[in-house]
Amino acid sequence: MVTFAGWEMPIQYKGIVEEHHAVRRRVGLFDVSHMGRLEVTGPDAAVSLRSLVTYDIAGLEVGAGHYGVVCQEDGGILDDVYVFRLADERFLMVVNCANADRIRDWAHEHLAPSLQATMEDRQAETVMLALQGPDARSHLARLVPPLAEGLRPRRCAEVSLMGVTAFVSRTGYTGEDGVEVVLPSEAGVGLWKRFVEQGVQPCGLGARDTLRLESALLLYGNDIDTTTNPLEAGLAWVVTLDDGADFFGRQALLRIREAGVQRHLACLKALGRGVMRAGYPVLHSGRRVSELTSGGFSPTLEVSIGMAYLPTELASVGTEVEVDVRGRPLRAQVVQRPFYKRPKAG
Amino acid sequence: MPTPTDRRYTKEHEWVRVENDLGTVGITDYAQDQLGDIVYLDLPSPGTQVKQMEKLGEIESVKAVSELYSPISGEVVEVNQEVIDRPELVNQSPYDEGWLVRVRLADTAEVDNLLTPERYDQYVAQAQET
Repeated sequence: MVTFAGWEMPIQYKGIVEEHHAVRRRVGLFDVSHMGRLEVTGPDAAVSLRSLVTYDIAGLEVGAGHYGVVCQEDGGILDDVYVFRLADERFLMVVNCANADRIRDWAHEHLAPSLQATMEDRQAETVMLALQGPDARSHLARLVPPLAEGLRPRRCAEVSLMGVTAFVSRTGYTGEDGVEVVLPSEAGVGLWKRFVEQGVQPCGLGARDTLRLESALLLYGNDIDTTTNPLEAGLAWVVTLDDGADFFGRQALLRIREAGVQRHLACLKALGRGVMRAGYPVLHSGRRVSELTSGGFSPTLEVSIGMAYLPTELASVGTEVEVDVRGRPLRAQVVQRPFYKRPKAG
Repeated sequence: MPTPTDRRYTKEHEWVRVENDLGTVGITDYAQDQLGDIVYLDLPSPGTQVKQMEKLGEIESVKAVSELYSPISGEVVEVNQEVIDRPELVNQSPYDEGWLVRVRLADTAEVDNLLTPERYDQYVAQAQET
């Protein structure tokens, strides 16, 4: 067990690689109760959230969700979030564990007091589970058949599950198909047990990290933070700048877009043996140009992979760099993002 | 997995099995279990001189990187190419197929500085309690 932002969480149950492959090939179960869950309700819920989040979440239909980021005025990233629209005037925003208070404080401080919306933290009273992998929906179908059949990617629904009302979305952080479920704590524990009885492999933080890294899904605090902006992080697709709606950081991001970004978050694949890890220096022509924001061993590709912000001229696919692995140079190459993409369903 | 009685151990969880003046070196079952999935080994080339309890190489698992220490002083005479190609052998067979290097001992008396299997088991039991 390790302490992660105040939560005791297991690195692994059976072994990182075994859990990793279980998710890629079959199904795995993660307890992600540490994620912040903020429910935003009221006549001005959509307007309030739109001014916080870079993506046009006010345009989401009921039952839809989207990834986005929350920026400060200079465009630096305060958090990356997933916003779901549960009803016209009710949203669920899933935020990073360590950032839930920060986002709430930021909203209280910056949103006009005249706005009619409340933000409530649902973390303490609920459990959040992520069931991930190609077989995830068939396991859910044993409990709620119509939902498992009908739920499209990035959609959500509130359904009766384990005798309570549960939130279910077809989302995840592994690059595989899957669902995430939020439900009252006691029922959540029951659901965990039920899935494990169905033969689902419990997975820890270790596999969560190797899976998300292969899929080039960003980790707040490593790949993005207040010193990085979404345009250089490759998140232009979650920044809606042209709908006229204002949000924190919009003016800065417009200027950055106009001027062009100076660096890009690039995906690096090792060309030799050795493991690149977060913080290791990245060199080009003998000169230090960056350091890895994330790194590790990819169980699927069986080679080390990582990410680093590289100057624009070095960030194109095919560029070779060296990573300083504790004094030993390891050649690496910029590759397409993501490292791993799941095969299209047949 | 029982701790083999035909060898000696370090507090850094390496083992050495000595036959005449040749020592075969590896890591213990406890060590491989703590490290988890081993994916890379950086081992010295034959001809390298190593010293007792000084750095022998590095071992990388998915989780972390750790230093390897040499249980004995001497010259590396052989490296297990099998574990270089298939590092998971160290997880699967830490005391047998997963050996790392063979060292020609400079001083066989050094073996007395190492833990007996019983002492090593006690040491691990204590480590697990804390």
